[in-house]
Amino acid sequence: MRVDLSWIDYLIMIIYFLFVLGIGWFLRKFMKNANAFLEAGRSMPAWVAGLAFISTNLGALEVMGMTGSGMKYGMLTTHFYWIGAIPAMIFLALFMMPFYYGSKARSVPEFLKLRYDEKTRGLNAILFAVMTILASGISMYALALLMENVLGWNFDLSLWISALIVLAYTYLGGLSSAIYNEVLQFFIIVIGLLPLVFLALKDVGGWIGLKAQLAPIAVSRGFAADAFTTTWSHSGQANANPLGTEWFGILFGLGFVMSFGYWCTNFLIVQRAFAAESKAAARKVPLIGALPKMFVPFLIIVPGIIALALSHDPGKGFTIPADASGGLNYNLTIIMLLKQYLPTGVLGLGITALLASFMSGMAGNVSAFNTVWTYDIYQSYIRPRTSDEEADGKHYLKVGRIATIAGILLSIASAYIAGKFGNIMDFLQTIFSLINAPLFAVIFLGMFWKRTTGHAAFTGLLLGFLMALLHHGLTIPLGATSLVKGGWIATLHTYPVEMAQNFWTAIIAFGVSTTVTVGLTFLTKQKKTDEELNGLVYSLTPRTIEDKNLSWYQRPVGLAILVSVIFLILTIMFW
Amino acid sequence: MVDIRIPIGLMFSIVGIIISIFGFFTMSNTEMYHKSLGINVNIIMGVLMLIFGLVFLFFAFRKKKKA
Repeated sequence: MRVDLSWIDYLIMIIYFLFVLGIGWFLRKFMKNANAFLEAGRSMPAWVAGLAFISTNLGALEVMGMTGSGMKYGMLTTHFYWIGAIPAMIFLALFMMPFYYGSKARSVPEFLKLRYDEKTRGLNAILFAVMTILASGISMYALALLMENVLGWNFDLSLWISALIVLAYTYLGGLSSAIYNEVLQFFIIVIGLLPLVFLALKDVGGWIGLKAQLAPIAVSRGFAADAFTTTWSHSGQANANPLGTEWFGILFGLGFVMSFGYWCTNFLIVQRAFAAESKAAARKVPLIGALPKMFVPFLIIVPGIIALALSHDPGKGFTIPADASGGLNYNLTIIMLLKQYLPTGVLGLGITALLASFMSGMAGNVSAFNTVWTYDIYQSYIRPRTSDEEADGKHYLKVGRIATIAGILLSIASAYIAGKFGNIMDFLQTIFSLINAPLFAVIFLGMFWKRTTGHAAFTGLLLGFLMALLHHGLTIPLGATSLVKGGWIATLHTYPVEMAQNFWTAIIAFGVSTTVTVGLTFLTKQKKTDEELNGLVYSLTPRTIEDKNLSWYQRPVGLAILVSVIFLILTIMFW
Repeated sequence: MVDIRIPIGLMFSIVGIIISIFGFFTMSNTEMYHKSLGINVNIIMGVLMLIFGLVFLFFAFRKKKKA
């Protein structure tokens, strides 16, 4: 599975690294206080923040994982990009962003503090900080391992060099540098993978040829002939489609609970919109991100589906290497495709695209970590603000920079732990990701129901999280061999696939969290006055019309309609 | 602050030029392009990237002149 690179491939990679570092270098002189460093001075144009918004999400594990899922589940994987993202992004833009941005909160935990109370913020801040470190550690480990196995680079060297490059540009230019680089990385990912999609599709005879080749494979696995190339057609029953999930699980589990939990409350993502130059711009950020987001499946999922066809065509000589347990290592699908189709030159570009996706994911984690650490942990519990605003700005800038270094070092440490105790790290990451669904319930209730109280929110958040944990401990996906996948307490229920288990874990977390928060709100007293909640709750915020003079495509609502129309067309086309 | 279109434009122009030159000199190398179905993707992608980069630079500098 080795891929051999030549000097020209390395040259392209080096030019890319120089530009990444150069952007950080040019931005360093603008970093005069914590506000510039951690919030990008709230000065980003909507299109820049919008592209960064989806680029952060397009990490290396996402790209490799989604191509692998394309090979496993076929076109149904696009649910993660369409129903599982677009409605949530529209909702965030139109209904939540006015309160997020208008509240002047600098982070999602801080919004919880403003809307509820200190303990709700504290709980969320600490869980989030741990989650970002775990996530970036695990992706760093995966990338270094890939570099070692595929390119023959030294594991430690790849790990440290890639971490140091990310450190250099986030240390120098803070969030601005992370965002600017994410925009650059977004274009590199698109352009780097473009020739792959084009060549692979041409090789299998276009979409029609691909459909014809996949039909016998689908039938041999007991599905309808078009099961790999449709999205909703066979979702009537869980066992009729490769994803193993019925329409309710997809629509409610993925399309509502998981997707709203991720896109509307994950600070890693939302932070990009917080950095926008105005409220109107902040509302456009998720929508501008949604436009390219809808087409990303053609870049990363369609090649995975083609890989499935290729692997059944002996004439192509295309195979996916096995992993440690003997199954196919689906994460390597994209690498094997790059190797199959790209000659020296564009091959370097493709590998650079993977490195870029790794960096955008990692920089996203680090820039969210340093903000939450500085504002929500350090400023709240260790050294509160003083009356001297200027000295504070300098002090917290220093703290933010140290947090950046610490964040990277902790990620490196967790990457090494992941190498030694991979299962434990995967397990921890699964557990910490359970926090999203309850968080959405609590923030949603907070924004749209003025009565919701702090005690209720805190308990809802905690119980939702614990119940999700319990569900994970009591259920198991079919054929799971390790306790990481669930069933570590007992096995009460077996799901046909892991995906279905994930959906239901999220649904339960959301359900419990909502019920508990609503119930306790009736039993506890609201301590916040209507005055304090102005700007944080829908019914207490005066509506302002900020976009009267703009043309339709410059208004959030106009953009939202455009996004919805494209979303509907794609859904119907690939029904 | 810095206009992000300038570094993006510059980078894609430079990489575009390098890849298209490389593609030009490897034009006769059919063995190398056997993988890519006989298509010289280096020239195609190189030129595309150069155009993409120049468009970014064009818009960045047009705005600068206005301001």
